Amino acid sequence: MTASTADTAPTTPNTYRAGPDERGMFGIFGGRFVAETLMPNILELEREYERAKADPAFKAEMDHNLEHYVGRPSPLYFAERLTEHLGGAKIYLKREELNHTGSHKVNNVTGQILLARRMGKKRIIAETGAGQHGVATATLCARFGLPCVVYMGAVDVERQMPNVIRMRMLGAEVVPVQSGTKTLKDAMNEALRDWVTNVADTFYCIGTVAGPHPYPAMVRDFQCIIGQETREQMLKAEGRLPDSLIACIGGGSNAMGLFHPFLDDRDVKIWGVEAAGHGLDSLHAASLTGGRPGVLHGNRTYLLMDEDGQINDAHSISAGLDYPGIGPEHSWLHETGRVTYISATDEEALEAFQLLSRLEGIIPALESAHALAKVKDLAPTLPKDHLMVVNLSGRGDKDVPQVGELLAGRL
Amino acid sequence: MTTRLTARFDACRKEARAALVTYVMAGDPDPETALRVVCGLAEVGADVIELGMPFTDPMADGPAIQASALRALKAGQTTAKTLDLVRRFRERDPATPVILMGYFNPIYVYGVERFLADAKAAGADGFIVVDLPPEMDQEFCLPALAAGFAFIRLATPTTDDARLPAVLTNTAGFVYYVSITGVTGTATPDFGRVASAVARIKRHTELPVVVGFGVKTREHAAAVAAGADGVVVGSALVDTLRASLGPDGQAGPDTVERVVALGRELAAGVRSVDKTGA
Repeated sequence: MTASTADTAPTTPNTYRAGPDERGMFGIFGGRFVAETLMPNILELEREYERAKADPAFKAEMDHNLEHYVGRPSPLYFAERLTEHLGGAKIYLKREELNHTGSHKVNNVTGQILLARRMGKKRIIAETGAGQHGVATATLCARFGLPCVVYMGAVDVERQMPNVIRMRMLGAEVVPVQSGTKTLKDAMNEALRDWVTNVADTFYCIGTVAGPHPYPAMVRDFQCIIGQETREQMLKAEGRLPDSLIACIGGGSNAMGLFHPFLDDRDVKIWGVEAAGHGLDSLHAASLTGGRPGVLHGNRTYLLMDEDGQINDAHSISAGLDYPGIGPEHSWLHETGRVTYISATDEEALEAFQLLSRLEGIIPALESAHALAKVKDLAPTLPKDHLMVVNLSGRGDKDVPQVGELLAGRL
Repeated sequence: MTTRLTARFDACRKEARAALVTYVMAGDPDPETALRVVCGLAEVGADVIELGMPFTDPMADGPAIQASALRALKAGQTTAKTLDLVRRFRERDPATPVILMGYFNPIYVYGVERFLADAKAAGADGFIVVDLPPEMDQEFCLPALAAGFAFIRLATPTTDDARLPAVLTNTAGFVYYVSITGVTGTATPDFGRVASAVARIKRHTELPVVVGFGVKTREHAAAVAAGADGVVVGSALVDTLRASLGPDGQAGPDTVERVVALGRELAAGVRSVDKTGA
């Protein structure tokens, strides 16, 4: 009964934007692989989300907050000096790092916190890797007066201290997770444990397009504002759609938000960039390139694991990409071939981090630097009239201490 | 294959007592010790052996069970070795039912059909797969039932009357009522509420209802036995095992003895409650 990858190899669908199906599946990926304790909540969340989606009042509240609190729309910026330097494709940056809290994460959190309020939930929990989702959640919780608990791997607490301090200033409780590899996957385990324990009054605000249905679809929907704006902005700037899109992928929410509104525009080439860490033959976090389908954290997707199905440690210089899985819709887009998934190493990301800082005066998050690293490779091979959009998903302030240390003597 | 389970619950009913279901992790701290532990537990009165299949990321379990899984994995436990443990137990004890409990990923990766065939050959009787709710029945539950296994479902305090029928469809063997919302081993439930919760579930099913999560002592076992068809003990046994280990996590001189001694206590607790007329 288990669908293997081979016998359900997807053919080209009429649309790439119809998923998930009623069981929460994108092909064989996704689903609701959770403990029974959580099922009533997940079903309630699905019902309430569907209701909210159909309610003009929810959309109006969302739009209002995105405009006046988050600061949307974010600019689509022509990176003139980066374009000149690379000598090929015309590069535009979608400036998600200019959002309030400094990354795309706030788009999704705004949606989920408004939904939690509608549902009458009294307490918010979240997991975080780089701390960007944790900061966004702590921020919206402060804004709406909700108690907030953020689970964060103890290793990530160390390497992303600025964000830990921000969360605490915003009134959130940050719980360092000491189990397992002490990174994002363990933070997610711990958040799920909290939810299993406090299921009645607690809303679990997941930060990426993963987890049990309806999270992958819901988080995607909240992030699609990125791609929708990009479409309009590019039409205004250039009178046509972009030729290519590129974004980094950990769980994959910034990428999905940019990609999804363009999936049915078949002429738009789409690249997702995973974290290759020390290299694909060493420790890395590239689930699609180096993993296989499996089941973790409520969904079936590509995972880094051993031959016995035990989850492997992921590694990336960037805490936000340091996760052994990926959103299920990305797994499906990978198998259908609609999106091309490539990877960038720690070292490549670090170089791109410096390049953008010096050429454009924009310090990118280490996560976004992975996408920029591949822009460095791809842009010079493309013609000058090729319009390329890079999702600049976050700003690098949080990474300054870590990168400063790594580049000691080289700065 | 479910006949061993049915026979065992029938036998308990005839003795007018609740059943004792014991949980330990396969391969913790090593395969030989784990085998001696489960054999010992069955000898001192465990009616059903629940054997944990280790997983790196057990999201519904607390620290005790997670640490136990990681010890087993560190000692080299695999799905194949877990099935081998079942086979060796079955050679020694042809009657006591064995339920494998774990998470879906190791089964999925092993291959569902192959896993069911090998589990059948080993002598397993059923499964509890924590992250497979009724919505995912086609993944594993339906093939397992078709192959003659019991598929045991967890019902929780959040499983309301509207949801119970869904949870009880495609289930066999017994129903496992999780007496608290929470992860394993972290809280002591209100044992007074067990009887009413069990009665609620029994309005929807003929199957025996066993209760677990939070049972640590002979007295707890007796308290739960009064209101349920069976009592599950897991974290307390796993904690006792852990406390007996050497500095590098290897089996201590009295590891088997200490875990089995707790099993004997729990069996006495269960047997202290006369359920004639219950």
